[in-house]
Amino acid sequence: MTTTDRPNGSSFQRKQKAERPMVPKAEFGSYYGSPVLNPPVWESPDIPGYLFLGGLAGGSSLLGAGASLTGRPALAAVTKSGAIAGAALSMYFLVHDLGRPARFLNMLRVFKVTSPMSVGSWLLAAYVPAAGVAAATDLWGMAGLRDLPGRRLLGAASTAGAAVLGPFVASYTAALISDTAVPSWHDGYPEMPFIFTGSGAMAAGGLGLLGTSVLGASAGEAVPARNLALLGAAMESAAMRRMTRRLTLTAEPFATGRAGKYVKAAKILAGLGAAGTVASAFPLPVRARRAVAAVSGVALVAGSACTRWGIFHAGVASAEDPKYTVIPQRERLESEAAGHAGSKG
Amino acid sequence: MTETTDPASRSGYADHPPRMGFFTDTSVCIGCKACEVACKEWNGVPSAGGRDLLGLSYDNTGGLGADTWRHVAFIEQTKPMRQEGADGPGGDMRWLMASDVCKHCTNAACLDVCPTGSLFRTEFGTVVVQEDICNGCGYCVPACPYGVIDRREDDGRAWKCTMCYDRIGDGLEPACAKACPTDSIQYGPLEELRERAAARVEEVDGARLYGDDPSDGVGGDGAFFLLLDEPEVYGLPPDPVVTTRDLPSMWRHVGAAAGVMAALAVAAFGGAK
Ligand code: SF4
Ligand code: SF4
Repeated sequence: MTTTDRPNGSSFQRKQKAERPMVPKAEFGSYYGSPVLNPPVWESPDIPGYLFLGGLAGGSSLLGAGASLTGRPALAAVTKSGAIAGAALSMYFLVHDLGRPARFLNMLRVFKVTSPMSVGSWLLAAYVPAAGVAAATDLWGMAGLRDLPGRRLLGAASTAGAAVLGPFVASYTAALISDTAVPSWHDGYPEMPFIFTGSGAMAAGGLGLLGTSVLGASAGEAVPARNLALLGAAMESAAMRRMTRRLTLTAEPFATGRAGKYVKAAKILAGLGAAGTVASAFPLPVRARRAVAAVSGVALVAGSACTRWGIFHAGVASAEDPKYTVIPQRERLESEAAGHAGSKG
Repeated sequence: MTETTDPASRSGYADHPPRMGFFTDTSVCIGCKACEVACKEWNGVPSAGGRDLLGLSYDNTGGLGADTWRHVAFIEQTKPMRQEGADGPGGDMRWLMASDVCKHCTNAACLDVCPTGSLFRTEFGTVVVQEDICNGCGYCVPACPYGVIDRREDDGRAWKCTMCYDRIGDGLEPACAKACPTDSIQYGPLEELRERAAARVEEVDGARLYGDDPSDGVGGDGAFFLLLDEPEVYGLPPDPVVTTRDLPSMWRHVGAAAGVMAALAVAAFGGAK
């Protein structure tokens, strides 16, 4: 009995996208086209929301610390409140997505550096109280209540703590999703943290712009938020572009289907938001400046959210179609075999 | 056995039995599904529910999951068989049947990523979920490169093959191996199984071993297979890699990205005098 090298009984022929010539020939073996992987059981809005809010919170803690240091009370109040609200809501999402929410505390049963979810749980266990105290002490002062002894010191320490931990809260979720067999998440691991921190910085900047406008703060208060929003937007889009250009087949899910719509919406929102942010720096009448800044801020926050929803859905799509698992692995085997043959011959 | 390939020693068992495993020789599988049934019976695995006739040949199970710990795949192939001298009907059609199961990987991604310590390595080198600890975070599900473990809808916890941890501790063989009428599923010390498989693969035309190689991307499987076609035809990944192999590099990128984010914030205030 001889068998041909390539399976033909259950080969699947997929339509090749004309506009993506770098995608390799799409003939591959599969078991009736069913996925090789068990796709993530994580759901929207819980998990993409969790990714987004972690970024928003982390970036806000940085802005909050800077605002306190440089005497920008409105910006400090907005961003510190945003940080704890974002972190609290993200914790809610995380717990809500568990199959057994009552056993949430089992997360803190062990510490495992091989599990980004374990590392993240401990990180949040330190970050959330710091962000909470930073916001509470700040708002206490703002509200003009009778000062408590040690409030300033406690406020400064918790603000600093939240600012040190914040960037990690924004970035560790990239390892969380990349440390899986999900093709588009795993393959994107070098750029993913930079997309996430860029996106988080952009969202925090957007929140700062929105908040300072609504509170009617002086023009100078919003400047660092504006700067951070623009820097973050640039980093998010550069890292995203780098990732989708580097990846070949597994870049496809970021551009197609539901994920593709979110990624496109994210680009448009970030672009408009950035343009508005720049416009808000020009000498405009006060009301117009505030309106432009507020609308831009909303667009930037929404853009950041769309990026995470896009990445989330791209990963799920890449796990659901066996071609993203089989073809890259098959190619790896073939190139290894060619390498061996080459070195022997 | 060296330190690096023996998962039980690596997990801190000083004194432990030999690593136990499954060798599934698909060339003698007759597709009777006795393994699926025996597994459900012994382990009290509920019905997967809802799924009736999938239209995948004689397979109405579909794939491994929370409620399916053994899965028999049926593949109908039209191939030029070119069997010399053999005439008679049906020459160009062949059946492939294979009973799939958790691979009990040497480097198991499910176990690495589990944040609660619910998944653990047994003294037999197998990988088992402790259901009283699992909080249903679902991380193990997309981490597994083989699509084995899954979360059960109604109870919210993750489930998979335990290699009948309760039976093998008493010196019994797992229920599936016990029930298999053709010895397609063989249970025993992994070293012995590997030797047996190496001899068997020489005897069968077109056969190849899958998961037997300790130098593969998961460090070799505790449950490995003799296949008659490419792994992907059976729904198996051709070259699986444990995702945590790249985790040190992932953490470095996470650290760098956090640093850059802090730098952006400093720049944002620096430019705002
Ligand atoms: S096959 Fe999947 S579920 Fe089984 S041990 Fe390996 S990673 Fe875990
Ligand atoms: S679902 Fe349960 S077994 Fe799986 S990683 Fe989470 S806690 Fe561990």
